[in-house]
Amino acid sequence: MSGRMVHHYIPNSSPNTLKMMLDEMGLNSIDELYVDIPDSVRLRRRLDIPKAMSEYEVERHVEDLLSKNKTVFDAPCFLGGGCWPHYVPAAVDMVVGRSEFATSYTPYQAEASQGILQALFEYQSMICELTEMDYANSSMYDWATALGEAARMAGRVTGRSEIIIPYYMDPHRASTLKVYSEPAGMKVLTCMQDPVTGQIVAEKLQEKITSQTAAVYIENPSYLGFFESQIDLISDLAHEKGSLLIVGVDPISLGIVKPPGEYGADIVVGEGQPLGNHMNYGGPTLGIFACSGNRLLRQMPGRIVGLTSTLEGMEEAYCLVHQTREQHIRREKATSNICTNETLCAVAAAVYLSLLGPEGLRRLCETIMTKSHYAMKILNSIDGVKTPIFEAAHFKEFTVNFEDTGRRVDEIHRRLLERGIQAGKVLKEYPELGEASLYCVTEVHTREMIDSLADNIRDILR
Amino acid sequence: MSYRQARWSEPSIFTISSKGRTGHNPPKPDSKEVEVAGDPSTLLPTELRRSKPPELPELSEVEVVRHYVRLTQMNFGVDTGTYPLGSCTMKYNPKICDKLSSSPKIRDIHPLQDESTTQGILKILYNLSKMLEEITGMSRFSLQPAAGAHGEYTGALMIRAYHAAKGEGDRRSEMLIPDSAHGTNPASAAMAGFKTVIIPTSSSGYLDLEAVKSVVSGHTAGLMLTNPNTLGIFERNILEISEIIHSVGGLLYYDGANMNAILGKTRPKEMGFDIVHLNLHKTFGTPHGGGGPGAGPVGVVEELEDFLPVPLISREGDRYFLDYDRPRSIGKVKSFHGNIAVLLRAYIYILCLGFEGLEAASEFSVLNANYLAKKILQGGKYTIPYYPGRLVKHEFVLSAEEIYRETGVRAWDISKRLLDYGIHSPTTYFPQIVEESLMFEPTETESKECLDKLVYAMNMVAEEAYSNPATLKKAPHSTSKGRVDEAKASHPETMCLSWRMKRRLNSGR
Repeated sequence: MSGRMVHHYIPNSSPNTLKMMLDEMGLNSIDELYVDIPDSVRLRRRLDIPKAMSEYEVERHVEDLLSKNKTVFDAPCFLGGGCWPHYVPAAVDMVVGRSEFATSYTPYQAEASQGILQALFEYQSMICELTEMDYANSSMYDWATALGEAARMAGRVTGRSEIIIPYYMDPHRASTLKVYSEPAGMKVLTCMQDPVTGQIVAEKLQEKITSQTAAVYIENPSYLGFFESQIDLISDLAHEKGSLLIVGVDPISLGIVKPPGEYGADIVVGEGQPLGNHMNYGGPTLGIFACSGNRLLRQMPGRIVGLTSTLEGMEEAYCLVHQTREQHIRREKATSNICTNETLCAVAAAVYLSLLGPEGLRRLCETIMTKSHYAMKILNSIDGVKTPIFEAAHFKEFTVNFEDTGRRVDEIHRRLLERGIQAGKVLKEYPELGEASLYCVTEVHTREMIDSLADNIRDILR
Repeated sequence: MSYRQARWSEPSIFTISSKGRTGHNPPKPDSKEVEVAGDPSTLLPTELRRSKPPELPELSEVEVVRHYVRLTQMNFGVDTGTYPLGSCTMKYNPKICDKLSSSPKIRDIHPLQDESTTQGILKILYNLSKMLEEITGMSRFSLQPAAGAHGEYTGALMIRAYHAAKGEGDRRSEMLIPDSAHGTNPASAAMAGFKTVIIPTSSSGYLDLEAVKSVVSGHTAGLMLTNPNTLGIFERNILEISEIIHSVGGLLYYDGANMNAILGKTRPKEMGFDIVHLNLHKTFGTPHGGGGPGAGPVGVVEELEDFLPVPLISREGDRYFLDYDRPRSIGKVKSFHGNIAVLLRAYIYILCLGFEGLEAASEFSVLNANYLAKKILQGGKYTIPYYPGRLVKHEFVLSAEEIYRETGVRAWDISKRLLDYGIHSPTTYFPQIVEESLMFEPTETESKECLDKLVYAMNMVAEEAYSNPATLKKAPHSTSKGRVDEAKASHPETMCLSWRMKRRLNSGR
């Protein structure tokens, strides 16, 4: 066994220990433990992977590669579209960095996992408060998959096979929805939105809702940043025909925006990344999933934590509940296949919401709205630039149309990037909007950043 | 017994709230912004405003920090002690992976940034894909799936797409799944619209070949298999299984949850698999996070590349890019490109181990499992029902049936009692084909001393089953809380799933 590397993650790789273990087992070498793998499938060569590097060398290599990335602070960035720059308080990173949480598995052993169970219970509770829904699960992969699961759940609950979505919707989210719902025999239909106001055309929606409609899905705020204001009407239209209402949210907006539970939502989904989770180039993020009513609870996918007590002494204690819905018990009859989820991102959200509280969240929402409206006003004052495209209230994102500047949005954005500004998302998916793009402004954008954006656009258009 | 978990009587965060406190002051707009934008209260129409503020807790930063730090102290992780949870590969998570992945150069990157600003991470993701291709023998990987089950679902959809492209979409309706499979396999197949056909395990612990032969037909879409299987036994007939499935036009899916046993020894490609998912949070040392985030990349043989979800990470000369131009793709299975911070950790893990270290990881995971199995059996109270050649790979399934029969003490009780020794419970009652099962996977990162301590604890618990079963049935005693009433938690009358439900229960409604 001479020449075998002693590896720092593998305690028994020291020659002494290895020899002791082999001796006790009556073996000459570890190879004897692989005799059960037939020669016909053995890999008779070394893996073509680099040899081990020291931790220092790895650090240099990885930091060198990462240094090629430009962050949203290296070059101020106005991208949103489902992942948004928000400030993450240091206390959040500290808690989710604690290895007692980070290195634990799903809390199947409740007695030894009270910490993460209680944190998840508190997360679920805060999501219920934010959305005004009865129940929240402990996380899905992200908004898109949460929506996919919501559609399937609506299908199971209603026994129907169609879901109606708004026309202006993130194409990636819509694609994920199809990938999730079509294998369940469901069809995704699109409902028209008014090209001027962005609002759902109620008559068209009414025509679309039939006895086959499992759910109507709306987003508030929408993918393009504007609010849908006919929420009560849409809720009524859906419920009149026995369909469910699914609402997609940016949870941070719920500091001031009417929660879906106040207008009759049956299922709420959303992207929890803004709640204390870094963007991380798009993942991991946090799928929010909440519902109301017992009929829906039984069909909810994912893990749920409940408050109970100890058998002796009746102390309060937490554990996973309703596991009979889940794959490890119910197998092919489970409500979903989800097992590993985004627990640590949910914990981040709980810490974040605890830090901000209702008042902090309200003030944050007002800062975001003030800054985004400031940006809209400043950009709108540039000749030929129109923002927002839709006549409606907006939250942190808004559409910008460069059509009347006579220049291509791609070109303007390319030139902004040359000047160290990362502009919004070009809306190629809606050619009818013209030279349009989607911008995002949050609390992380200083006035200097916004002014510099406007100055540079003005300069480029000159 | 030496273990004492912290026992804070930590109340719900909602009860320690004090009106008017705050734990974070977000930035305020400046006066010019307010002047231009107008009064913030006018920017949102009344009908869109919430009628009352959300009932979130109100606390200062120090109170929030203490609350959650106390909670972490009441949680058992790999960094706390031995965590031999079978099929979950709870190995040590190297700290360098956490350190480097918390760089602002990854945290503060937006997924839609121009590719010229993300070449660093794209190159890392590209390199990682290539490494995973080499480790499995697959020809192309998608890094998008967020977890193992998500990878399985993606794979099952590709199997559908493959058959549909051959005009056999309707006919290929059956997915074959061993009775010992992870629960996610049948759940994923069913979600993708397949009828599951369950294949029994033979008395020796292998997939029953005759049963496979008897159910395959033109309706067979594929077979989902993990190898070594969940009994820890390497399916020696894997090439024959592959031959049977392929001969009827089906595909072979590799559940990579047990990949930690075979790195560098064999590959799914050599075994005849067409699709593979890997659990990076198992085999490649990324933290499980209390249940996530993980990552479940999916790799395929050349014939199936077109169906992979978009985007793939592609390369043109020195330029790396997100490749969406794939017309036969099944579409997107998730927002954006995958759980990047997890993928980055796995890349760092592979670099730290290198080819030798990866192979050593598997070798020592197998050595540790066999050592542990042999030592526990020497105690004479447990059995391993399926143990051909008295050899397992990275995990094994013990049965406590004899103890149960003679004392009434169940596998569940034994697993709880281990917690009192500072050892996390093994997986219990899975796979379901073993009575009173305790599934151990020690992983390569446990020292001989830890394994010996585990053996000692198992022997002590077996003795106690006869001498003092009452104490055992009430275990654990050293954890933050005693045995939890799980039945009450799920009972409709007592169920409490949020603080608002608790408030309602308290007020008697």
